[in-house]
Amino acid sequence: MRSAPWGRETVAQHGEGSMKIHEYQAKEVLRKFGVPTPRSVACFSVDEAVQAAQSLGGKVWVVKAQIHAGGRGKGGGVKLAKSIDEVKSLAGQILGMQLVTHQTGPQGQKVRRLLIEEGADIKRELYVGMVVDRQTQKVCLMASSEGGMDIEEVAATHPEKIQRVFVDPETGLKDAEADDVARKLGVPEAGVAQARAVLQGLYRAFWASDASLAEINPMILTGDGKVVALDAKMTFDDNALFRHPEIVAMRDLDEEDPAEVEASKHDLNYIQLEGNIGCLVNGAGLAMATMDVIKLYGDSPANFLDVGGGATTEKVTEAFKIMLRNPGLKAILVNIFGGIMKCDVIATALVEAAKVVSLRVPLVVRLEGTNVELGKKILADSGLPIISAANMADAAEKVVAAAKGKR
Amino acid sequence: MSILINKNSRVVTQGITGKTGQFHTRMSRDYANGKACYVAGVNPKKAGEDFEGIPIFASVKDAKAKTGANVSVIYVPPPGAAAAIWEACEADLDLVICITEGIPVRDMIEVRDRMQKQTRKTLLVGPNCPGVITPEEIKIGIMPGHIHKKGRIGVVSRSGTLTYEAVGQLTALGYGQSSAVGIGGDPVNGLKHVDVLKLFNDDPETDAVIMIGEIGGADEETAARWVKANMKKPVVGFIAGVTAPPGKRMGHAGAIISGGKGTAQEKLAVMEECGIKVTKNPAEMGKLLKSVLK
Repeated sequence: MRSAPWGRETVAQHGEGSMKIHEYQAKEVLRKFGVPTPRSVACFSVDEAVQAAQSLGGKVWVVKAQIHAGGRGKGGGVKLAKSIDEVKSLAGQILGMQLVTHQTGPQGQKVRRLLIEEGADIKRELYVGMVVDRQTQKVCLMASSEGGMDIEEVAATHPEKIQRVFVDPETGLKDAEADDVARKLGVPEAGVAQARAVLQGLYRAFWASDASLAEINPMILTGDGKVVALDAKMTFDDNALFRHPEIVAMRDLDEEDPAEVEASKHDLNYIQLEGNIGCLVNGAGLAMATMDVIKLYGDSPANFLDVGGGATTEKVTEAFKIMLRNPGLKAILVNIFGGIMKCDVIATALVEAAKVVSLRVPLVVRLEGTNVELGKKILADSGLPIISAANMADAAEKVVAAAKGKR
Repeated sequence: MSILINKNSRVVTQGITGKTGQFHTRMSRDYANGKACYVAGVNPKKAGEDFEGIPIFASVKDAKAKTGANVSVIYVPPPGAAAAIWEACEADLDLVICITEGIPVRDMIEVRDRMQKQTRKTLLVGPNCPGVITPEEIKIGIMPGHIHKKGRIGVVSRSGTLTYEAVGQLTALGYGQSSAVGIGGDPVNGLKHVDVLKLFNDDPETDAVIMIGEIGGADEETAARWVKANMKKPVVGFIAGVTAPPGKRMGHAGAIISGGKGTAQEKLAVMEECGIKVTKNPAEMGKLLKSVLK
């Protein structure tokens, strides 16, 4: 795998950034850059779906669940309707269902939006996608004749079928590069100019909107030799959202983990996990290492949480509240290497927060760094049942024992 | 000796007048030879003024011409940070250390492309990094100076606090550091693990190196292969994120397992294949280093 000729870094089912949008929104973005898609209407109810099918006309419609996770077709979220009645019944089935795909987890994701799309004349299915390649530090265009399949799967089984172009940021995707990709994908000569416009449109959409992933899978070749985006996926660089209010407006909070949404409001970097030991740490690397050390000592982390360099009482309180929402939580480990953030400051914040939220699980605290003795004294003097740890290993051992009810 | 920076470095701070820039300039100036090292700041609107005695210039070029500054540190907010990096490159400084977190990837692609095409001599550390320290000589960045101790162990890491953890363990065991370099947690950055390892390999005052990585990308693998072929000194390692779920960005923009790639397990396996001793216990990085010293 590591020596796969197509490289290590450019397979990306998930973008490197994290803001995701729906298929219908990605298609809106792409259309602005000249990428053709079938005609379609986004809907929030069965009535709207029926109206949409009627206004689109034709004899065949595709009813597509709009959730952020991939694998919707296999999970039963994309169906073909051959009559308006069928549109109505399929829309009724799909809207509100818990759609389970390989990306949603076993609980699935509730479908709240549909896309009703006209039928397409599919001759062949192709793949094109773009990601940022870390090694070359350029945008990489990937293309494959194996449309409809996961690109990772193609990479694993037929790496020779994937073409890659590393785009010069000064020039953008060049005509000759786009034409070459199109020809190798098997686009007939008469359709190469149109395919070039689509590939260049995809690149411009990626670049102009600060995307971290843009994928058209499948991109279909129609009977009359044109390429069309049948499905589309885009994710965006969180760091660039400040200059894209139009992208931020497309955010769908229903698709995100409620705990993570709540945490982001308080400027906390939080990710919900499956285990039962909550972690509160300063710094992303140390936060990951703390999760790892819990695992090493035989339990698993309930979350990733980086409180950053400025852990105020307010932030720590919110962090505790978010962790405590998890009914399976058995213990909390606080691991702080105080550098710029002094240990006495974080200790005070911990004590104040613990008073407010009434902790129902054991709390293990490991403090190290600037003003550590003062910090430890504040914790000891607080009268709170805090278990103090001398180092990371000691902390992990103690929190794992505490989670099992041993003190 | 040391790598990248020493007591003779002359530093210009870009973003010296912001809250973060002021705070860390003060802390860095108060560390070891900081008083002599921190010679200039930049803010086009405040040229001619000073920050607690450090003169402020309109541009990096001016600062270099007037003070002989050869290294820059950047605390400029994300929207202008890539332009600040480029300004330091155009002034032909030796090194630019960008602390700023949250720079758009596209901005970094553009500035890295220009640096390569124009074969600029300026090296870049970061962005989104704690900086570089050569203990008891000079500190450029946001790391707590007092946990460090002068010595002969090199440290290179993508993370901030995890670097402090390693440094703290080394110092507690009596091992000082030649230099500690935070290369940052962003996907598109300057020096990578392999570049810093090359510098440590050539530094006569470094005996061994701790390399700390995390999930995402393949830089640790690249570095490990280089170590196997070229490194004359022992290297030990730790990779954070064995328990990280795929597809989730773990705090750092670059810390994500995408399409099954960039896992900690894969990195650890390649490092071991290449003769780098690794530990899965972050509390034992210092002990592991001790075990490879003769």
